[in-house]
Amino acid sequence: MSGHHIIPFSVYRNVLIALLILTVLTVAVAKPVSGFDAGVFNFLIAMGIASVKAGLVLAYFMQLKYDNKLYLAVIVSTVLFLGLLFSVAMIDWATRVPEISTL
Amino acid sequence: MSSAADKSKNYLNHEKGLWSWLTTLDHKRIGIMYMITVMLFFLIGGIFALLIRFELFSTGGQIVDADGYNRMMTFHGAIMVFMVIIPGIPAFLGNFFLPLHLGAKDVAFPKVNLMSWYCLIIGAAISFFSLFAEKVATGWTFYTPYSISETSNGAILLVLGAFVMGFSSILTGLNFVATTHRLRAPGMGFFQMPLFVWGLYSTAILQIIATPVLAITLLLLAAEKTMGIGFFDPKLGGDPVLFQHFFWFYSHPAVYIMILPAMGIISELITAFSRKVIFGYKAIAFSSVGIAAVSFFVWGHHMFVSGQSQVAGVIFSFLTMLVGVPTAIKTFNWVATMYKGSIQFQSPMLYAMGFLFLFTIGGVTGVMLAVMAVDVHFHDTYFVVAHFHYVMVGGTLMAIMGGIYYWFPKMFGKMYNEFMAQLSFLFIFVGFNVTFFPQFILGAQGMPRRYFDYLPAFEPLNRVSTVGSWLIAIGFLIGLYVIINGLLKGKKAPDNPWGAKTLEWQTSSPPPHTNFHEQPVVTGGPYEFR
Repeated sequence: MSGHHIIPFSVYRNVLIALLILTVLTVAVAKPVSGFDAGVFNFLIAMGIASVKAGLVLAYFMQLKYDNKLYLAVIVSTVLFLGLLFSVAMIDWATRVPEISTL
Repeated sequence: MSSAADKSKNYLNHEKGLWSWLTTLDHKRIGIMYMITVMLFFLIGGIFALLIRFELFSTGGQIVDADGYNRMMTFHGAIMVFMVIIPGIPAFLGNFFLPLHLGAKDVAFPKVNLMSWYCLIIGAAISFFSLFAEKVATGWTFYTPYSISETSNGAILLVLGAFVMGFSSILTGLNFVATTHRLRAPGMGFFQMPLFVWGLYSTAILQIIATPVLAITLLLLAAEKTMGIGFFDPKLGGDPVLFQHFFWFYSHPAVYIMILPAMGIISELITAFSRKVIFGYKAIAFSSVGIAAVSFFVWGHHMFVSGQSQVAGVIFSFLTMLVGVPTAIKTFNWVATMYKGSIQFQSPMLYAMGFLFLFTIGGVTGVMLAVMAVDVHFHDTYFVVAHFHYVMVGGTLMAIMGGIYYWFPKMFGKMYNEFMAQLSFLFIFVGFNVTFFPQFILGAQGMPRRYFDYLPAFEPLNRVSTVGSWLIAIGFLIGLYVIINGLLKGKKAPDNPWGAKTLEWQTSSPPPHTNFHEQPVVTGGPYEFR
């Protein structure tokens, strides 16, 4: 088993700065705050930024980047199962045909 | 070499007093605590089942009104699913026998193991509070928006209770995965493990991955109820079918949490009582993993008539039928194991054969229900009630009973009364078919489920069904007598009364605190009958 990996302070500092910048960016693209209107993409952009932030936390603060790849596989499989739930629910939602009452 | 004095010490007399049980880290004692808890819950759930059947003996109200019936039905469903069948095999028999099967001294995380039992108790207390104090009457599926609008906080509490009990399930699953990977005896590879372990391992993966979705559902329910954010309620812009997606994404794999370990027990029973090497060991082992994998892709078959899209319905219909493949592989292998075996018809084997008979009916009617066009007719009728009782009771409960009788001599060091055990089986098996087979016919004729009254034309078969429930009750009472009588007056059991080959039979009955007097070393497969 590998020991605890020592990450240089500069890496933590840079990740923190990146997270702060991304937080500012999240606020900047929020329609109620900045008026930025990209339609449905507002949501996708916000989720994309949040995903990058979560990835940085997982990789550096939780040290997944340096740890046994088994843990990475566990995390990825969890995300895939969540994706399965969302994607199939979305397939249902997107392919529904509104019923017209015959009454 | 261990002395006779060493052998008289076992996990039951290793420590004394109630406190030693409540704080024990011994997986065997925790297993026994689960056994007592689950049997108590089974008694409560069973009483509600009898009351439901009594109510349905004739048309019109017999003992309760419609609301009272809804509550009884909810109590029965929620208690039996969340407190009996889900923890039944993994937490009770799994806890007791997984380390013994693997040649280990205990599970990987004994304290976590104890914590899982307390989680079950706390979760059950929350659920009982929601059921009795908040009077939840939504059925065990607590579909929104009805469940949100019709109860104050009952549905949220019930989901909270289910999740806390689910947490118990997650902890057990984690323990089993870690134990299976790290604590196998020297010489035991994955393909030297007994098939019960494969069943528990596949179940553990489901427990870990599926159960957290209950937490998401709980969060969304709470947010909708307290903050008015529309997730499920159409009035708030939500989608009620979304709740069903979330609910069944957990609850369908939960069906396999119930049945996979049962299949593991059946593998053990059939090979031990046919006195033959199991046919197709790897096929059975991989089919457990296969069922676990496919079970994640089939949840939408509960929602064919919910307003779910036809495209999603077709996908789910096809995937549901796929589950039949690994399940049939197991069944054929069990039958092939029995072929030309020296079959002994003792009570555990009777239960295993009962399982084969009843589970096959449950499984085949499941494939019928997977056909969308057929499901439109059968949905929410007694056909569905009969189908899942054939799977859950005819499958899981038969396996639990068979497992209890099989391992009773090992757990308590005593033998039970074989004749009475067989009599108990006879009542349960006949009673079960008398109760539930008429329900297939009633369902096909269109009798809806979850109603406290019905048309007079359905009365004769309902009466037959109710009489069957009394036979089942008599069978379980005899079974309870067999267990209590065996504990109090049973003859001393030898270490290996069945001549079985797996590791737990190599230690004394009951096992010592550390399971084995000497570390077992594995040199061959788990079922080497010659």
